Amino acid sequence: MKLKLATIALGAMMAAAPAMADLVVPNLSYRTGPYGANGTQYADGFNDYFTLLNERDGGIGGEKVQTPECETAYNTEKGVECYEATKGSGALVYNPLSTGITYQLIPKVSADKIPLYTPGYGRTSAKNGKVFEWVFNAPANYWDGASVAVKYLLDQNGGSLEGKKIALVYHNSAYGKEPIRTLQELSKKHGFSLTELPVDPPGQEQKSQWLQIRREKPDYILMWGWGVMNQTAIQEAANIRFPMENFIGTYWSGSEVDVKPVGAGANGYKALTFHGVGMDYPIYEDMTKYVIEPGKASQGGQFVGSVLYSRGMYAAVVIAEAIRKAQELAGTPQINAAQLRDGFEALDITPERLAELGLPDFGPEIKMTCDNHGGSGMARLQQWDASTGKWTLITEFTEPDQEVLDPLIVEDSEAYAKEAGISPRC
Amino acid sequence: MFYREAGDFKTSYRDDSQTFPIKLDRWGYYAILAVAFLVVPFVIDSYWANAVLVPFLIYAIAAIGLNILTGYAGQVSLGTGGFMAVGAYSVYKLMVAFPGVPIVVHIVLAGAITAVVGMLFGLPSLRIKGFYLAVATLAAQFFLIWFFNKVPWFYNYSASGQINAPERTILGWAVTGPATTASAKYLMCLSFAVVLAWVARNLTRGSVGRKWMAIRDMDIAAEIIGVNPLRAKLSAFAVSSFFVGIAGALLFAVYLGAAEASEAFGINKSFLVLFMVIIGGLGSIFGSFAGAAFLVLLPVFLKNVLVAQFGWPTDLAAHIELMIVGALIVFFLIVEPHGLARLWALTKEKLRLWPFPH
Repeated sequence: MKLKLATIALGAMMAAAPAMADLVVPNLSYRTGPYGANGTQYADGFNDYFTLLNERDGGIGGEKVQTPECETAYNTEKGVECYEATKGSGALVYNPLSTGITYQLIPKVSADKIPLYTPGYGRTSAKNGKVFEWVFNAPANYWDGASVAVKYLLDQNGGSLEGKKIALVYHNSAYGKEPIRTLQELSKKHGFSLTELPVDPPGQEQKSQWLQIRREKPDYILMWGWGVMNQTAIQEAANIRFPMENFIGTYWSGSEVDVKPVGAGANGYKALTFHGVGMDYPIYEDMTKYVIEPGKASQGGQFVGSVLYSRGMYAAVVIAEAIRKAQELAGTPQINAAQLRDGFEALDITPERLAELGLPDFGPEIKMTCDNHGGSGMARLQQWDASTGKWTLITEFTEPDQEVLDPLIVEDSEAYAKEAGISPRC
Repeated sequence: MFYREAGDFKTSYRDDSQTFPIKLDRWGYYAILAVAFLVVPFVIDSYWANAVLVPFLIYAIAAIGLNILTGYAGQVSLGTGGFMAVGAYSVYKLMVAFPGVPIVVHIVLAGAITAVVGMLFGLPSLRIKGFYLAVATLAAQFFLIWFFNKVPWFYNYSASGQINAPERTILGWAVTGPATTASAKYLMCLSFAVVLAWVARNLTRGSVGRKWMAIRDMDIAAEIIGVNPLRAKLSAFAVSSFFVGIAGALLFAVYLGAAEASEAFGINKSFLVLFMVIIGGLGSIFGSFAGAAFLVLLPVFLKNVLVAQFGWPTDLAAHIELMIVGALIVFFLIVEPHGLARLWALTKEKLRLWPFPH
């Protein structure tokens, strides 16, 4: 009886599953809530790149790409619901743009065997492909960012940060806490003092943290913020007349929505990035011709060229390249999630390939292997010019201090492997 | 007519005071239980489990817990989210520290730990009431979340402050961790919900529950007739926190698998559970289930209708969904301030007399 019921149930489920025709890349986006202003632009870029591929090339390898959207509101429970709702449609890869949701999904995607791509966010130690078989976080992660920021400050100070005071203003969540361990190691190595100032999410309330900054007068401030927290922090910094060029945000604290509300006060603010900004790339000609002008752009294309739009587009570019690679490896355009994982692992986006895609020098070279799921970790800095309302790239792609990062990654990923009972591969 | 009471004789006090005095009701209840235990586990898929039924059952447990405190004992609490966090973090620490002990024991122990913490924060209730007590429990909410964020021992010094549930099994079936099947998750939460609802129902109609209700209705009169307010109030806090702690433990270990104090157990959780209790009906076990169903299932249902059926943009759907749920809450509370449970009771009354109302 039991077996019979189970068979009937299984049969019903299989019949109910939709026919897997196209390549399905769900877009777990958020367009509402305190992070909505940022999430919207990212989701637009992500959708529009796949629309471009569909319109211009007829998809990837002749297969159209679908990006069904699901609203998570940056909330982990809704994220889980979205994951479950879309996974049955033959989803190839997930990119939830939330560290909290990523933590939730890592064990689930490992069990369901679906790749999880988290560029610039998520669990840093997922870079270790030996432990995290299904998770990819190239081109850069939080610890890379922290290290690149410190390297930049070293450059500014003639190679020594001895006796300097650096404050870290961070989102008091898994996301904001990620860089602390690295910064502590770096402070030991370079002799600067580190003040940690948590801001409770969503982050509009941070008066006391800035009072402390006024009292302690740090030489530099690093910020790990997201959503409304960024604008508030930049406004507070402008209010206390903190020298903006000494204020460096992470990847997620450096978009137009973060600085524009502060107006001229935000001039000179710096942030990390792992890709280029602006519209001076040949891809935008195609984008205009095939997506924006025919009116197929997400939200009418009002955010094209913004930092977060570019980042969403860049995530889509990497996923599309991984799909291409997977199709090549599998010998069929109809790939499944497991084949896409192999595609990610064999991914090699060279500068020539980027130029071919219409994005010359847009991102660092991404080369992933079985044990390296995080690429080179290179990032660069950008600076806000309030008068022109544009971000300018002020450094070249810089390599992080792998000497400090590698042991930390091994330590953290091995702790996870032990906790989750994973035996490392490769 | 729908409720045929003719021939349904009750010849003892025991018969007369049972939970479901009408035969048809009783059979309906058995039928629902039978379907829930014997049919649903075989047909459930992971979407239904993870998006609909498991959160519904877990929130129902939390709502029963808060209903005991607020609905039966009259002590307003806004600390539910914090107490759920206590349950989640204690089950995490227990799971990691004693991997050999069965998970059910850990979950019950997590409930017990939460009960102790709840009693501690319930102490002010002996002096203060109503809004003032609500503020005191609100302090518990903020304090507990801050505490779990602040002390790295609770999250085993992990870099990000997240806690992850390791895999644990019952009779060889994984019930936590990524390998858990949809039916295992569902059965685990269902068993806890049924047992706890049964315990709550029997506690609330026994002498303990009568003491709580006496305190709720008029504490001075209750004291005069011999109810010890200290015991009554603290036992209400203990039992309520026990339930809420178990809900938190299940939410973290079985449903989510990973959690972060401020995100998963923030003040919004406290409000959500309080709304469930208010919408469902204060002082009713059925109301707790109805309220949880209303607030868990309705948003998912609306989302599926608006996005999947009508093809609306997700952000518009999310805003409209908030407006619809909000409007329905206001509507229900205007039509029936005593919640869905009262509405259901009225419907039953009407159906018993139908088609010959007096």
